[in-house]
Amino acid sequence: MGDRNMSEKTILLDHGSGGLASGKLISELFLKYLDNPILKTLEDSAVLENRPGKLAFTTDSYVVDPIFFPGGDIGKLAVHGTINDLAMRGAEPLCLSLGLILEEGFSLEELERIIISISRACSKADVPVVTGDTKVVPKGKGDKIFINTSGIGFVDPQIDISSRKAQPGDIVILSGTMGDHGITIMTRQAGIAVQGDLRSDTMPLHTLVKKLLARLSADLHTLRDPTRGGVASTLNEIAVNSGLCIELDDQSLPVRAEVKAACELLGLEPLYLANEGKCLAVVSGDKAEEALSIMHGTREGAEAAIIGRLVSGKEGRVLINTPVGGTRVVSPLHGNPLPRIC
Amino acid sequence: MKYLDEYRDIELARPLVEELQKSVTRPLRIMEVCGSHTMAIFRNGLRTILPTGMELISGPGCPVCVTSAAHLDAFISIADRSDVRVAVFGDLFRVPGSHGSLANASARGAKIDIVYSPMDGLEIAENNPQELVVFLGVGFETTTPGIAATILSAKNRNIKNFAVFSTQKTMPAPMYSLLNDPELRIDGLLCPGHVSSIIGAGAWQPLVAEFGLACVVGGFETADLLKSLTLLAYQVGKGEPKVENIYPRAVSWEANLRAGQMVEKIFEPADMEWRGLGVIPESGLRIREEYGDFDAEKRLGIELIATEEPEGCICGEILKGIKTPTECPLFDKRCTPGDPVGPCMVSSEGTCAAYHKYGR
Repeated sequence: MGDRNMSEKTILLDHGSGGLASGKLISELFLKYLDNPILKTLEDSAVLENRPGKLAFTTDSYVVDPIFFPGGDIGKLAVHGTINDLAMRGAEPLCLSLGLILEEGFSLEELERIIISISRACSKADVPVVTGDTKVVPKGKGDKIFINTSGIGFVDPQIDISSRKAQPGDIVILSGTMGDHGITIMTRQAGIAVQGDLRSDTMPLHTLVKKLLARLSADLHTLRDPTRGGVASTLNEIAVNSGLCIELDDQSLPVRAEVKAACELLGLEPLYLANEGKCLAVVSGDKAEEALSIMHGTREGAEAAIIGRLVSGKEGRVLINTPVGGTRVVSPLHGNPLPRIC
Repeated sequence: MKYLDEYRDIELARPLVEELQKSVTRPLRIMEVCGSHTMAIFRNGLRTILPTGMELISGPGCPVCVTSAAHLDAFISIADRSDVRVAVFGDLFRVPGSHGSLANASARGAKIDIVYSPMDGLEIAENNPQELVVFLGVGFETTTPGIAATILSAKNRNIKNFAVFSTQKTMPAPMYSLLNDPELRIDGLLCPGHVSSIIGAGAWQPLVAEFGLACVVGGFETADLLKSLTLLAYQVGKGEPKVENIYPRAVSWEANLRAGQMVEKIFEPADMEWRGLGVIPESGLRIREEYGDFDAEKRLGIELIATEEPEGCICGEILKGIKTPTECPLFDKRCTPGDPVGPCMVSSEGTCAAYHKYGR
């Protein structure tokens, strides 16, 4: 009896077989929480209404460990991450796909928590999951749960946002504090308890982007979300793609005190830590203050700050002006950030 | 953040920058011994505002960089054993030995845990009683007391499947070997702040007496660095070398007795090979016979195999302060942090990594 209870509460290889167990999982779990007319048809693919303009299409896989962390979980992250990738090209997100790879023995209760979290994130962002797939791999061949989401969004024909569009004289705005997600995950992985409220910043940014586009239109040149590799690596990509130099002011980089403290402890730099609810916006110099005030009027961008500017010369470089009047190069991240000896 | 923000305060730093600019009355070469100083100097952009006549060279104080290739090869061969689990500080993970790195071993299936403290290694041993957990001990006086405490704890808690491979090194032993090298000409030392918190500022006094070196023990924040360099310039200018300790919030003149006693209980001095510097007598620490059960070298019967440096790599001369990374033909070409040839490029405190990251 005990055994049967156990097996009912964990993922079995049968759940990925395509047979009865798969069907039960779909009807009792996925459709229960992710119900919408397109997904409900359970056909081999979702057929979507088209509209004039351009399409944005993106995909991302989520393998975060731990799967639950302060501020979010792997499911919420998978929804927000893909929505943000669409938003960073100025797209209005239309829908998502959801692919799950589950490890045999994974807790059904935890899976349900994740699906509920996905459902809430989708409803809040008003972007539905319209197609999905589930596979189960034998125990030890995966790590609890891996998620892939792809997303499609509409792009207004007038909009052309990319890192190649950055111009000399443009201003770089960061929509909030750096490193909150990265340090939350790293301290959890290391089992290090840091005082203060460390939590992931995972959140969707498409509403913020919509407001920016409505007011700034062609003066909004570049949008990027500094996820893995952090602000440093993303800025390097903008510098290389635009063929310009980015100058940052050390003092203006927004970092929460507890993130700074944890970084000091682990020998890490906030510039290289992942963010999951922040964007870098490159805007025309004369529109910088307006862009900043738009951001400040939103929940997502309440702590936005102007952090630097684009200049000609020293192509492809990112430089920081230090408080003592010196400069240093900010290079992109190589490999994973690793804690130091001393 | 207390003890950090006030030392990074720009209002405090501004007059120090002005003082530094006026401090040099005769040309001088200063060696920053510690890798963390090298990084802090770059992070603050100090190299771009140094007064004319002041030259900074980086010393042998990055523990990963001075770990010999023979030791690295031994680490990797231990990690490759199916009955062993290795616990290691993150810095060491990507450092290449003569045949790949621990990262390559990990990809082959070696069990490698990146830890933040040797105590984490002991916890892993306790949770995996069927495996021998070997902590790869790399570092100076700053890490040795923690390793000694871990070995004591393992003994007290009767955890038998834990051992340490000690390549622990001591200061200021290599400085003598460096200063006797006629190629190296230096006027002063920015002495390592954290190491000095264990060995005491007084440990640098013999270098003043023997080599006439200006010595300042300094911290790692903006104001610490500016003041340290200024005082070194004053000492050299006046021709009055001495040891000045401007890091009293962490360092006293005397050694840290408690840490010293604990280290002494577990370790004894041993000859140690330093990458780039060769074997330096009594510059390292080995585990005493009495604690031999916790000595991975003995327990696994490890023999070090001499190796040659990768062709073209000048890490040795960089560690001695004789050459700078930009003089290396491999720098930023064949050797990058993503695909490092020598250790100075891979460690976050390495001189080449610092030049690559901040200084190009």
